[in-house]
Amino acid sequence: MLKRSFFSSKYLPYLLILPQTLVILTFFYWPAAQALFQSFMLSDPFGVNSQFVWFDNFSRLFKDRYYWKSIGITFFFSFSTALLSISIGLLVAAMANRVLKAKAIIRTFLIWPYAIAPAISGIVWLFLFHPSFGVIAYSVMRWFGIHWNPILDGNDALFLVVIASAWKQISYNFVFFIAGLQSIPKSLIEAAAIDGASPLRRFWVITFPLLSPTLFFLLVMNVVYAFFETFGIIHTVTQGGPGGSTMTMVYKVYKDGFVGLDLGSSAAQSVVLMIVIVVLTVLQFKYVEKKVQYTG
Amino acid sequence: MKLRQFTVVLALGILMLFPASDAMANPIEIQFWHAQRPPRENTLNKIVEAYNKSQTKYQVVASFKGSYDETLNAGIAAFRSKKQPHILQVYEVGTQTMMLSNAIYPVFNLMKDTGHNIDWKSYLQPVLSYYVSSNGELQSMPFNSSTPIMYYNKDLFKKAGLTGPPRTWDEMGEYTKKLVASGTEYGMTSAWQTWVMIENYSAIQNIPLATKSNGFDGLDTELTINNPMVVKHIERLKSWMDDKRFVYEEREYKGPEAAFISGKCAILMDSIGAIGAVKSAKFDWGAAPLPVEASMKEPQNSIIGGASLWVLKGLPQEEYQGVADFLAFQASEEMQIIWHKETGYLPITLQAYNKLKADGFYQQEPLQEVGILQLTRKDPTANSRGIRLGSFSQIRDVMNEELEMLWQGKKTAKQALDESVSRGNDILRQFEKRSK
Repeated sequence: MLKRSFFSSKYLPYLLILPQTLVILTFFYWPAAQALFQSFMLSDPFGVNSQFVWFDNFSRLFKDRYYWKSIGITFFFSFSTALLSISIGLLVAAMANRVLKAKAIIRTFLIWPYAIAPAISGIVWLFLFHPSFGVIAYSVMRWFGIHWNPILDGNDALFLVVIASAWKQISYNFVFFIAGLQSIPKSLIEAAAIDGASPLRRFWVITFPLLSPTLFFLLVMNVVYAFFETFGIIHTVTQGGPGGSTMTMVYKVYKDGFVGLDLGSSAAQSVVLMIVIVVLTVLQFKYVEKKVQYTG
Repeated sequence: MKLRQFTVVLALGILMLFPASDAMANPIEIQFWHAQRPPRENTLNKIVEAYNKSQTKYQVVASFKGSYDETLNAGIAAFRSKKQPHILQVYEVGTQTMMLSNAIYPVFNLMKDTGHNIDWKSYLQPVLSYYVSSNGELQSMPFNSSTPIMYYNKDLFKKAGLTGPPRTWDEMGEYTKKLVASGTEYGMTSAWQTWVMIENYSAIQNIPLATKSNGFDGLDTELTINNPMVVKHIERLKSWMDDKRFVYEEREYKGPEAAFISGKCAILMDSIGAIGAVKSAKFDWGAAPLPVEASMKEPQNSIIGGASLWVLKGLPQEEYQGVADFLAFQASEEMQIIWHKETGYLPITLQAYNKLKADGFYQQEPLQEVGILQLTRKDPTANSRGIRLGSFSQIRDVMNEELEMLWQGKKTAKQALDESVSRGNDILRQFEKRSK
């Protein structure tokens, strides 16, 4: 059943969306247009001299194998982060949903980490896993004899930023999953239980399909998060190192633009990034969403 | 708020009844953007205040703008929107970028135009030489200049039966072996690896880092750091890493300093600015010049790091008089002595240095002189007067990345340095293109 609202004035709806439109225009379309313009220019940092160079910045970018490496790292990083945070979020939500006592407290504790800024999450994890002073790193090295060093080893570093990024997002996913779980009609699950379906089977056959809209939404949100918002974590933990092994596309935009002052290349990279994320989202809507079941 | 506004208006009204005198005229504000955190910021403010008290016409306003990168970006953004500060502190790797920015008022011209007759010979030449153009004119005022030296843990040295610091790299190999054998976890480490192990190593050995006199003579310069000497040096470090004589902590300084101060590592190579941090160590320590190759009987001077003060153009001409006066003031003997004593950075004039020497400062604090002596032990050559490469911060990033791949064992020293050269040259060509 759909609710419909009617506005008495023809202009009122436009007036109501005006503030948000202005915000988007100023903070998204204007900078995006600037980036697009800048990506065709070769200019010195102070903006005194600029030349129009057509697609020079782009062709230079795609000839650079370190850029391709960065793309590969970004995809690996984003999907690992999304997978890890969604699966743990779902697991925790499924369990918390069955909790009978102290529900509110347990849920609050689980949601808490979301209030932490990415940069701080990065610092916390670095503190735990730093090879020189990290408590966990020390125990891991001692008990399991594993040589752990994210300062030097690229894989260790990537592992560390994936954990730090996923951890923060678990709470976000948890909130949505728990809301999704609560909207599933109890009667369906009870009926299945009477028919003799095991808890695991009930989960896969009933809960999981009914959760698919939430899951789909979270997939989009988590990938976007991993692409853009993990900047703070990478900046505090690895700065793209060691040896460029955690240089995600977003971090490279910052490095080349703000540290290297190569504005043309940096702008070209943000345009590429924008295209990638648009394509990804369209693909998700086109193919993944078809399999999603919305309740009628 | 209302009340305060009212009071101000009232006060102004009363003032207007009296004829304006010089003392009441508003001083012209000189904006000075910098990247010095406390405690160095406190010393900087002391100098600014001293200048403001010394006259009434100008008022220097110092503002902290974050890290060096952030300060430079703030300056660039301000310049683009025509709200630039008068003075901008920029790190040494940004020198070439600033020089070719078309946004500066070269200090040499500024001083001449404003009637300051400065004897540039009285400055420490290895400091000055980093910031002069190819025709010998100073482009920016040296401010906080440092140079890397070696710190060593005397207690751990004693335990290993060693009496003094290693002078050559061969000795370094033997000493660190003994240190590790005597139970020290790691032999040596280095902060700012590219600055110490490549840039300063090349300068001290008097070999070029790049063609065209390290870039001083032209934008068509190319890196030469894959020469046999540097390759051998880096290879040696890698082999020391395998038997714990060398440990890599990170690109910057926090990890290496922590490793030294905690006693995990016996030798640290770091900026003279690290003296303050090292003083917190709970053991007896010393400082010495960086090691040299045994073949080098008379090693060259090391090169500087740190930052200098750039004057941005496009502001009213009469304000530049104040800028010039302030720059001359901070370079005065008295101010340089305060600056050196409190921050550990180099004094930039010979007068200040000689005065400190005459006053016996270095008898009390001999370690403060190690850097100066290393920097002034010989006249700078084309290989040791500085580095003039465009987008140098990006090139340093590339060198760091490649070295890290070597430390991880993914590349050999030769491969890492060859790759640094080819990637670095691409960056240089791009810079050349955009500077035309």
